[in-house]
Amino acid sequence: MELLAIPFMQRALVAALIIGLAAPALGIYLVQRRLSLIGDGIGHVALTGVGVGLLTNTSPVLTAVLVSIVGAVGVELIRERGRTSGDLALALLFYGGIAGGVLLVGLSDDSSTSLMQYLFGSLLTTSAEDLWVIGGLGAAVVAAMLVFRPALFALCNDEEYAKVSGLPVRTLNILLAVTTALTVTIAMRTVGLLLVSALMVVPVAAAQQVTRGFRSTMTLAMLIGVGAAGAGVLVSAEADTAPGATTVLLALAIFVGTAVGGSTVRRLRRRRGDSPVTSEPPDVVLHA
Amino acid sequence: MSSVVEVQNLAAGYDGREILRDVSLKVTAGDVVAVLGANGSGKSTLIRTILGLVPTLRGGIELFGTPQRRFRQWERIGYVPQRLGAGSGVPATVGEVVASGRLARRGVFRFPAKADKAAVREALTAVGLLDRIDDPVATLSGGQQQRTLIARALAGKPDLLVLDEPNAGVDAASQEAFAGALTRFAGDGGTILLVLHELGPLRPLIGRAVVVHDGRIAHEGTPPEPAGHHAEPDHEHLHPHAEEIKPAICEWAPTEQTKAY
Repeated sequence: MELLAIPFMQRALVAALIIGLAAPALGIYLVQRRLSLIGDGIGHVALTGVGVGLLTNTSPVLTAVLVSIVGAVGVELIRERGRTSGDLALALLFYGGIAGGVLLVGLSDDSSTSLMQYLFGSLLTTSAEDLWVIGGLGAAVVAAMLVFRPALFALCNDEEYAKVSGLPVRTLNILLAVTTALTVTIAMRTVGLLLVSALMVVPVAAAQQVTRGFRSTMTLAMLIGVGAAGAGVLVSAEADTAPGATTVLLALAIFVGTAVGGSTVRRLRRRRGDSPVTSEPPDVVLHA
Repeated sequence: MSSVVEVQNLAAGYDGREILRDVSLKVTAGDVVAVLGANGSGKSTLIRTILGLVPTLRGGIELFGTPQRRFRQWERIGYVPQRLGAGSGVPATVGEVVASGRLARRGVFRFPAKADKAAVREALTAVGLLDRIDDPVATLSGGQQQRTLIARALAGKPDLLVLDEPNAGVDAASQEAFAGALTRFAGDGGTILLVLHELGPLRPLIGRAVVVHDGRIAHEGTPPEPAGHHAEPDHEHLHPHAEEIKPAICEWAPTEQTKAY
């Protein structure tokens, strides 16, 4: 592991670990309310922000943050008002965002390589300054998602019930939207859009194959996120592969493992006859 | 008697469509009021409007003597929706779902204390599901999920319970279990407002019935006795729910063939 003696490798590893911990903590709520693809959608909107920044010669990160916050809050308001499905709202976000980004970057002097840089990031060029920003962001996201867990759980589990409980439903929704926008835009330049939006979702999908409750799913998802991110950086350095893609594929491999393992355990349990399902079949159809 | 819910000349609906046209209703402390009516009559819309989930078009709603718009003591109301709203696949245990019922009382910023955990266990005991506290809700039967939702509402120790068709499509054992829980709640002085498709085992508990038809109150009074094949003691009335067209709830209420929403 002499690779770890190299400073840029250390920074890359730390940045990936922070995102691996924070992204699933936020992502579990997005998965719970069937907005698994929102991270990617917001990333595309952020590209429009990058284009605005390049065109106006302001910091592309700053304009990306602002534009993606507007986009995230906009989607939230569309979802809340019209009963437009989250799915459709996401599609609009995706296409508008990428088209705007390509158009604006094309108008600016920079070539499309800068667009690629923002899309996929470059983990190995993470600077010490980047690390502070990502660290601050990660700490804020994890703290907010843990402190507000009961309220956010109630909200994502049953929004109408949360409303009748007098919870500040809109404020919590906007909190989720803004946190998602901030996480994606700040992390995408270093770790890449693919890595951050995948780490919001894949570890949660992997964890829920073997867990029974929300809290345990969240804990396990964060562990899987950290594990996949750490292993991804190390494996990619040894095998000379792209770190973001390696991390995502590792997380997906964990998902396959827990899915197979989970269903095997359930089948064995059923055969032993101590299935938690009682004789009466569920006659209420669950829906979101 | 202090007023718990007071609705005056209420009109309500979504997207410019009026589902309720002119409804007035008063529920005082200790009342057990059943809202009856066919599918699409507006009975669920009535309680959803009272709770602020459907916009009011005209008229007024007061909760515990406060206009609904300014009402903030939501911990006094326990709401039991028709369905558990978790379908995304992220597992949640029965205990976690019921613990949501404490949020109105505890607020967003405080962590659960001993009293919260005790209230969750107490509520689960009341519906006979304490042994399932650590099980994922998705492994429960429909009736047990419904009891989980009632426990969630009871956990907040409300003064008023509002239930939306709690016995729709639910097995007999669960119907009995929550009839027991509601009887104890009413016995302790609690007020209950519930939408029902049929009275079933809750019949002895209901003090007053309101029949909604076509967005208006068609009848108000003591609950009707079962008639026709509903009256047979072994009559099992397990509806698959909603969509299908079926006769009205009781012989003297008109039949509604359409579902309004």
